[in-house]
Amino acid sequence: MPAPQPGRTDPAVIRNFCIIAHIDHGKSTLADRMLQITGVVDDRQMRAQYLDRMDIERERGITIKSQAVRLPYRAQDGRDYVLNLIDTPGHVDFTYEVSRSLAACEGAVLLVDAAQGIEAQTLANLYLALENDLQIIPVLNKIDLPAAQPDKYAAELAHIIGCAPEDVLRVSAKTGDGVGELLEEVVRTVPPPVGNPDAPLRALIFDSVYDTYRGVVTYVRVIDGHVSTRERIAMMSTKAVHDLLEVGIISPEPMAAEAIGVGEVGYLITGVKDVRQSRVGDTVTSASKGATEALGGYRDPKPMVFSGLYPLDGSDYPDLREALDKLKLNDAALVFEPESSVALGFGFRCGFLGLLHLEIVRERLEREFGLDLISTAPNVVYHVTMDDGSEIEVTNPSEFPTGKVAEVREPVVRATILAPSEFVGTIMELCQARRGALLGMDYLSQDRVELRYTLPLAEIVFDFFDQLKSRTKGYASLDYEPSGEEAASLVKVDILLHGDAVDAFSAIVHRDKAYAYGVAMTAKLRELIPRQQFEVPIQAAIGSRVIARETIRAIRKDVLAKCYGGDITRKRKLLEKQKEGKKRMKMVGRVEVPQEAFIAALSTGEDAGKK
Amino acid sequence: MTQAWAGRGPTGPWGLYLHVPFCATRCGYCDFNTYTAEELGPGAGRSEYAGTLIEELRLARHALPDAPPVSTVFIGGGTPTLIGADSLVRILDAVRDEFGVEPGAEITTEANPDSVGPEALERLLEGGVTRMSFGVQSLAPQVLRVLDRTHTPGRSLAALREARAAGFAHVSADLIYATPGETDADLAASVDGVLEAGVDHLSAYSLIVEPGTRLARQVARGEVEAPDDDIAAERYRLVDSLAGSAGLEWYEVSNWARPGAECRHNLGYWSNRDWWGAGPGAHGHLSGKRWWNLKHPAAYAEAVRRGDLPVAESEDLGDEERRLERVMLLVRVRGGLPTGDVPPDVRDALEAEGLVEVVDGQVTLTLDGRLLADHVVRRIVG
Repeated sequence: MPAPQPGRTDPAVIRNFCIIAHIDHGKSTLADRMLQITGVVDDRQMRAQYLDRMDIERERGITIKSQAVRLPYRAQDGRDYVLNLIDTPGHVDFTYEVSRSLAACEGAVLLVDAAQGIEAQTLANLYLALENDLQIIPVLNKIDLPAAQPDKYAAELAHIIGCAPEDVLRVSAKTGDGVGELLEEVVRTVPPPVGNPDAPLRALIFDSVYDTYRGVVTYVRVIDGHVSTRERIAMMSTKAVHDLLEVGIISPEPMAAEAIGVGEVGYLITGVKDVRQSRVGDTVTSASKGATEALGGYRDPKPMVFSGLYPLDGSDYPDLREALDKLKLNDAALVFEPESSVALGFGFRCGFLGLLHLEIVRERLEREFGLDLISTAPNVVYHVTMDDGSEIEVTNPSEFPTGKVAEVREPVVRATILAPSEFVGTIMELCQARRGALLGMDYLSQDRVELRYTLPLAEIVFDFFDQLKSRTKGYASLDYEPSGEEAASLVKVDILLHGDAVDAFSAIVHRDKAYAYGVAMTAKLRELIPRQQFEVPIQAAIGSRVIARETIRAIRKDVLAKCYGGDITRKRKLLEKQKEGKKRMKMVGRVEVPQEAFIAALSTGEDAGKK
Repeated sequence: MTQAWAGRGPTGPWGLYLHVPFCATRCGYCDFNTYTAEELGPGAGRSEYAGTLIEELRLARHALPDAPPVSTVFIGGGTPTLIGADSLVRILDAVRDEFGVEPGAEITTEANPDSVGPEALERLLEGGVTRMSFGVQSLAPQVLRVLDRTHTPGRSLAALREARAAGFAHVSADLIYATPGETDADLAASVDGVLEAGVDHLSAYSLIVEPGTRLARQVARGEVEAPDDDIAAERYRLVDSLAGSAGLEWYEVSNWARPGAECRHNLGYWSNRDWWGAGPGAHGHLSGKRWWNLKHPAAYAEAVRRGDLPVAESEDLGDEERRLERVMLLVRVRGGLPTGDVPPDVRDALEAEGLVEVVDGQVTLTLDGRLLADHVVRRIVG
């Protein structure tokens, strides 16, 4: 009997599942083994982390963009099944994308490193999966490692999901040990999809990817009805209508198909060029006789963290714009608009889902587009209510209003931290210092604790994770999700150079921390800015009130003592170099500041946090 | 190689710089092209060196068939006197044989206070030397120690007096200031001391920590404090005031002289005149072409022995490069730059800031301006 074909597959033999795992816990390796065991990739074609497409994904060992692969599988009961492995992104910034991937599944493999135990993000995604009523299959990976403690972590997992420790499967994705049994378990326990084949088409978009040759490739899970090639489809949130150019499945390379039906997972190509026209979470239906009700859960991606990106070389500005435009095609969450800075020239204010998203975008701009960038310290979005009742949204400290402020609200998150219990004290200390409020604490096992906090997102954005890692010797893991806004006593601290505010260094900070920020920043700049012909005061101020001050003394000597016959060429070349360097000088009022000083001042903040 | 100089020979006053790359010991702050070994390879050792240098002068003459007699000769180092007064005189004889020496020419040799005595000075004077320049550096023992100088303060003063007594037209002392451990009083005593010993010319340089020197390593390891620019600025003013009250006027950023005792050879560098540089690593300049010789004495000697000019590299200056050099060199000397060389707005701004003044149609540095001369140059050249 041939394997079931796309569009003609009985939902009863379909198993849609995903793998929930922490970075490095072996998700990609497990996926590789499944590809081999089911025979969709033969040993000759196999390459490590087969499904991870982007270089950055492979290098950092994380999956940014999820994918779905169709695995035909003949189970021990002799029947032919179709296993759809839906990959999920594995980071806190992409919680929403994860939730949509989960919504496309009926089951989830909870994969945990047998030497490390569960991590905070995995736990968070597990909770998401439970909310989506997914069948959970707990699995310990890397049981072949000498450091593995399968009994201990099986007990931990059992405690968390409420099963018996012996229900926890033990595999080695590396050797393939136990992976066959895992596939059997998927077949046995993951419920088949249920949908109405005769209802109008409703398909959930759980990912959309821009491809240079094909345009946007949209990954969908068909809930009701079916979708066939050359059909006209409509996006229910945007009402946009597109001609379908191709329907297909991935196994593991794209294969065009006539149609895909209820419960199946596949891709659609319409020829659109921008992923914004094919949004994750949206419902695809037919343009004619379409569904009237969209599937629930759609959200517009909302940037949480903002940072200014500036080209190091001002003449690269048009290239940066072009690069951002290109990235945007593939990244519905990325927003940006031009801004200019006295210190840094022309650049873009960019909004990101979170810090990792920021880092990934920055890294791609530098790597794929060859740009050298400076990024300003990331900040969150504030809502300011003025005394007169007007509301102002602040995505850049420079927009912070100067008039009578009645209230400032900042985004807060619900954070979950998992760590060995010996670090509870130090974690509490850190969270306290970061204005956190303890919500609760649970022992996952004898020596592992889950701490739940409400924290201002701004505090997380400012090197919280690095601090957490360094204070817990790298053992703690963190996850957080937006949890609304709270009013806080926030002020804008400006840094003034010779009386002129330097926009790139303005920051919105808690009133209690303003002084420390001012002292640190003025001291740092005093070290970085070369002496000028006149004395240069550096001040930190809240409004017109100066809270910290340093002085760069006037330069008193700038002359090379010796200039004889043999020195002339060397000295002229130095002068030529200085002339060249002067082009990279920025004028802040009368003060000449080398761009390097700005970069160092902006980046040492990050470095200091990484210690 | 000699063709490169065809048609470029000096037509006006020109100089000869002769480098002697030997020192008895190497000072920690020094990054000059100098060697302490006696033997450096065929033709490059101390005993054979004069012969090799004379050979280069012959090659130079060949390249400059129409050069008039030289106006200035400067023997520098290193420690020229280390090869002996006789060798130096032999070299000067060769200069006369090959090029001729203008009547009233200035012929300088550098010396360390402990590398010459009355006899040697006598020999040099007879041999035609008109000007002695001594590397005194300081008269404070603890400063000399930081600088690794082997001579004593007493020997320095004696050497200056011996040179005066021998009858040289001009005697100069080099001083280094702002050495870590030096006080204002140490510097004042050093300046006063050499002035009292009868010098009519003074060069004073702030200590520079040159990369790659022993001093640089000591500073990096924290064994020696880095010289401080503010202190250096104060000390410069001190030197200027002490020299001034003794009748020595500044005529270049780091040089003071009694009227008429200015070093004509060095003025040639700052006025962009022509000179030939002979010896390992020596630089030369002829009508917009600069070149420099092979640096290592052995490689240098090898080239000369083959009958080749021992040139390592050369550059032909374009208009922009000439303008840069003209500004950076002329601004250092008291005569200054013609007003036409300085954009009027820059000139007004620099004048308002008290860095330059306009004297007889020339833009010249003030005392504050001398301390910020490089800044002034950058402002002028934009």
